[in-house]
Amino acid sequence: MRYITDRKRAVGKGSAKTGTEHYWAMHVSAVALAFMVPTFIYVFGSALGGTRDEVLATFSRPFPAILTGLVLVVAMRHFAKGATVMIEDYAQGSLRRGLIMFAISLSWVITATGLYALARIALGN
Amino acid sequence: MADANRVDRPLSPHLTIYRIVWRPQITSFASMMHRITGNALPVAFILGVWWLLAAAIGPEAFATANWVATSWLGDLVFAFSLLAIWYHFFAGLRHLYFDAGHGLDLRTAELLGWGCVVGSVVLTALTLIII
Repeated sequence: MRYITDRKRAVGKGSAKTGTEHYWAMHVSAVALAFMVPTFIYVFGSALGGTRDEVLATFSRPFPAILTGLVLVVAMRHFAKGATVMIEDYAQGSLRRGLIMFAISLSWVITATGLYALARIALGN
Repeated sequence: MADANRVDRPLSPHLTIYRIVWRPQITSFASMMHRITGNALPVAFILGVWWLLAAAIGPEAFATANWVATSWLGDLVFAFSLLAIWYHFFAGLRHLYFDAGHGLDLRTAELLGWGCVVGSVVLTALTLIII
């Protein structure tokens, strides 16, 4: 006998309540990042250390700008979900909820700040 | 049955079940490093995004941010983050391979763990030479 209601069994999403949604989202973003990150390291690493004019010239070109924007969004979503799992492993109760909120908020602040900077550079200040 | 959900569920005994000091296993070490590197990377993102925002805002803001980003502390943060991102890259591919149902026998799993360590060090060195 399974200690589960018929409705729960029909929905079939287990104790996580979201099924494999989290797992799948991590897989999609992981594969996307595996393709983008090596090129991004080259673009960002080459720009770092340059003068302001050189930096503006780099990130106003379409490819570096779009790649940086994509990496920011995908990497920060990947981080928010990964950090959530880590927090769930080590913390409980209100502390857990607070830390998860902090990780998600931090990821969005980084994303929004980076996209604002990219937009401002691309549109010529 | 509804009451069962309100019980304070125990945490799984994760780190404490592995040998960490005496003869650590490469497999658990690789897994811990994957988590540590992944969760440390936002530090580099914060520094990088601040630097980019400063470039967008103006010369004075850029002078400050660029000074920090290219100081010894900035170099240290970006160099360790480079190692972290390459490690996380390889360990992530290892997880995708595991999740597809491959490489789960002991010998292959241990070999893949070493592959992540060696691969990340080699690619970090290569990146530093190229950039």
